[in-house]
Amino acid sequence: MPAGFPPHSTTASLPQHSDRGFPFAAAAAAAAGQAPPRPRPAAAMQFMLLFSRQGKLRLQKWYVPLSDKEKKKITRELVQTVLARKPKMCSFLEWRDLKIVYKRYASLYFCCAIEDQDNELITLEIIHRYVELLDKYFGSVCELDIIFNFEKAYFILDEFLLGGEVQETSKKNVLKAIEQADLLQEEAETPRSVLEEIGLT
Amino acid sequence: MVVPSLKLQDLIEEIRGAKTQAQEREVIQKECAHIRASFRDGDPVHRHRQLAKLLYVHMLGYPAHFGQMECLKLIASSRFTDKRVGYLGAMLLLDERHDAHLLITNSIKNDLSQGIQPVQGLALCTLSTMGSAEMCRDLAPEVEKLLLQPSPYVRKKAILTAVHMIRKVPELSSVFLPPCAQLLHERHHGILLGTITLITELCERSPAALRHFRKVQILRLLRILGRNHEESSETMNDLLAQVATNTDTSRNAGNAVLFETVLTIMDIRSAAGLRVLAVNILGRFLLNSDRNIRYVALTSLLRLVQSDHSAVQRHRPTVVECLRETDASLSRRALELSLALVNSSNVRAMMQELQAFLESCPPDLRADCASGILLAAERFAPTKRWHIDTILHVLTTAGTHVRDDAVANLTQLIGGAQELHAYSVRRLYNALAEDISQQPLVQVAAWCIGEYGDLLLAGNCEEIEPLQVDEEEVLALLEKVLQSHMSLPATRGYALTALMKLSTRLCGDNNRIRQVVSIYGSCLDVELQQRAVEYDTLFRKYDHMRAAILEKMPLVERDGPQADEEAKESKEAAQLSEAAPVPTEPQASQLLDLLDLLDGASGDVQHPPPLDPSPGGALIHLLDLPCVPPPPAPIPDLKVFEREGVQLNLSFIRPPENPALLLITVTATNFSEGDVTHFICQAAVPKAPLRLKLRLTYDHFHQSVQEIFEVNNLPVESWQ
Repeated sequence: MPAGFPPHSTTASLPQHSDRGFPFAAAAAAAAGQAPPRPRPAAAMQFMLLFSRQGKLRLQKWYVPLSDKEKKKITRELVQTVLARKPKMCSFLEWRDLKIVYKRYASLYFCCAIEDQDNELITLEIIHRYVELLDKYFGSVCELDIIFNFEKAYFILDEFLLGGEVQETSKKNVLKAIEQADLLQEEAETPRSVLEEIGLT
Repeated sequence: MVVPSLKLQDLIEEIRGAKTQAQEREVIQKECAHIRASFRDGDPVHRHRQLAKLLYVHMLGYPAHFGQMECLKLIASSRFTDKRVGYLGAMLLLDERHDAHLLITNSIKNDLSQGIQPVQGLALCTLSTMGSAEMCRDLAPEVEKLLLQPSPYVRKKAILTAVHMIRKVPELSSVFLPPCAQLLHERHHGILLGTITLITELCERSPAALRHFRKVQILRLLRILGRNHEESSETMNDLLAQVATNTDTSRNAGNAVLFETVLTIMDIRSAAGLRVLAVNILGRFLLNSDRNIRYVALTSLLRLVQSDHSAVQRHRPTVVECLRETDASLSRRALELSLALVNSSNVRAMMQELQAFLESCPPDLRADCASGILLAAERFAPTKRWHIDTILHVLTTAGTHVRDDAVANLTQLIGGAQELHAYSVRRLYNALAEDISQQPLVQVAAWCIGEYGDLLLAGNCEEIEPLQVDEEEVLALLEKVLQSHMSLPATRGYALTALMKLSTRLCGDNNRIRQVVSIYGSCLDVELQQRAVEYDTLFRKYDHMRAAILEKMPLVERDGPQADEEAKESKEAAQLSEAAPVPTEPQASQLLDLLDLLDGASGDVQHPPPLDPSPGGALIHLLDLPCVPPPPAPIPDLKVFEREGVQLNLSFIRPPENPALLLITVTATNFSEGDVTHFICQAAVPKAPLRLKLRLTYDHFHQSVQEIFEVNNLPVESWQ
């Protein structure tokens, strides 16, 4: 059975505690010393979106299978929700059945969706680490770097997270891997024979 | 001839240079046409560049499906540049819903087995991002091989790919379980991290896997291991305590670790002391200046409040402080937690805080806050008066947000607190005088004023400042409610009935009330119209019954059926007498045979009003009130019949408006244990001298009873 998105309602605001009824009931349902039976997680992180203050998407990494239409809808709604947040509000919000962790760095919003049992504070760290990696790679990264080199942003992310999980905690190692790949790419692009160039071999 | 195509960066420049959306669209459509042509021509050299451009416009929201096949071609190419972009394209454009996605399985298989690490990395990354169940099944053997390869770079990726595969195809657990033990001994951080994730995933899916991993002491894994297992939990206690005390919390990373510790403690069967430690950590988090930390603290405390109630109670003041948060997601959590912390010893203080919160809280929290307060008040109210005050406050502050049964609950509460009737009606009157817009409040107030109007006018109530209210003011207020466009139909019903009840509670003449009632007789609202007409009839034709009908409601059992504030519609649970109600016969059949009683004298006999023999008199269809004898008339009652517990009483009233009229009410009561059925009572009254001839037939104790008798000894006062 493909891991899919939990069914979602159309409201994109505060937690759906009304579904679980009254606060007493919600608190009681939440736990009684024993963890409630957990659904099979789709991935620790479901997706990561980067977007500007005008709502323009700069990067979208999806770790769950969704149709293009669904992705567009989610993106549109989530971007709206996050952009509507006031500056003093906390970095976490509940949206549909997911926990959203977001942080703004200059003109870019970094927004992750995580599962219920995941640690929000760690996710903030993950976002920060990614920004650090971008910063190291591009040298004082700004939004323009990410716009003009979006593939590189993806490549860096793919060396840091895999399948929604952290694969490498060492900044050095991540950057080294990118370096190696970049080198390989350069070699691949060095001048070939003229014949190749015109497509004859 | 090959037309030189735009470089990626140049395209981006051009797009960003567009001044309007339409211009942007134009640029992009033009370029997409070029790209399509280039794909059709099959140009291998620039294919990667074309795809990259396509991926860029795709991110802007434009269609890019025609690039899907190109991804496959690029992945199959031997150039690294091609593969890099090709795999990226696959992750962005292909997904398991398209059959096309299966076509890359072969390429991935090839790339996994050839030795260039970055290439293997690309393949694994793609597989773990968009690999469908079929792909995972096909490629599991390749990934398994890579788990134990020398290169840590590839191994860590293979491990996480295995995690993804298990999520998609749980049966693959058996493939990936065996290598884990060895992987745990690796030094490489990335490998260890991946392995832990893998083990976590395995253990979550299958308890059998747990057997292998008891000794591992790493936080996230501990959570799962300790669940339902005493021994592991014990070993962990010390470790967790250590971690908790030694973590440096000056940076968020430290707090994240601490939080993970707390989550672990919450999940495993930890010692009580450790749980208190967890609660205290969360309590400290509540004081942290970083609101993210406060947020996770509130959320976690909510999970713990039932199981570790007393520990969480200690942080109550801090929790209550959080009600003042400006961030709505924090204040909502603080509200839930505060409500969960209310108990009988702190109820007064907590309610004060919560009521203050209710006044200023954001609108979407109002309903929950109001319900929460009302429920807590019901559970923990120290006194009835406090309870009434609390509900009153909620109704005035957030009246529109309360649940529907709040009105019924409050009237029941007030009705049952006899000593507080005067107090309640005064407070409600004052509240109503200030604001007639909050419907639940208006309904309760109207009901109260109707019921206890006499107490309202009586003047003094020691618990409130004396307030002189005169009748005209009260009537004016109810009329205002009746006429206000803000009043719902139900509310107006309450007001009308209240006015009607006041006709017996107040001393003045009832002309004003009668006027209002008759006006509403032509009201467009059918419900109101019906009531008004009935009330009007009550005035005009059944005035002698009005007092009985509009009597004060008897106290209702709290757990009995909901007492409707409308006396008119209520089916009372409380019965004042021990009498078993006697079923009535339709009145029509009783009229005819009366002639027989009068020695065969014929002629029409009109009986104003019909003597209804059922207990409670003619009231059964209108009110279903229990047997309440009419207020003692100056003329004494007369018992005229008694047999085996069945009794007949006569009572007499001369209505003040019409002293020439003598109203005699026959009340039949069954004091015995046996039921009386098929009861028929017929009466004849000869013209003079005043006497009654009565005939009774009924079944009682399985016998048919027939009695005929005359009542001569009517009291003197009843004579003209």
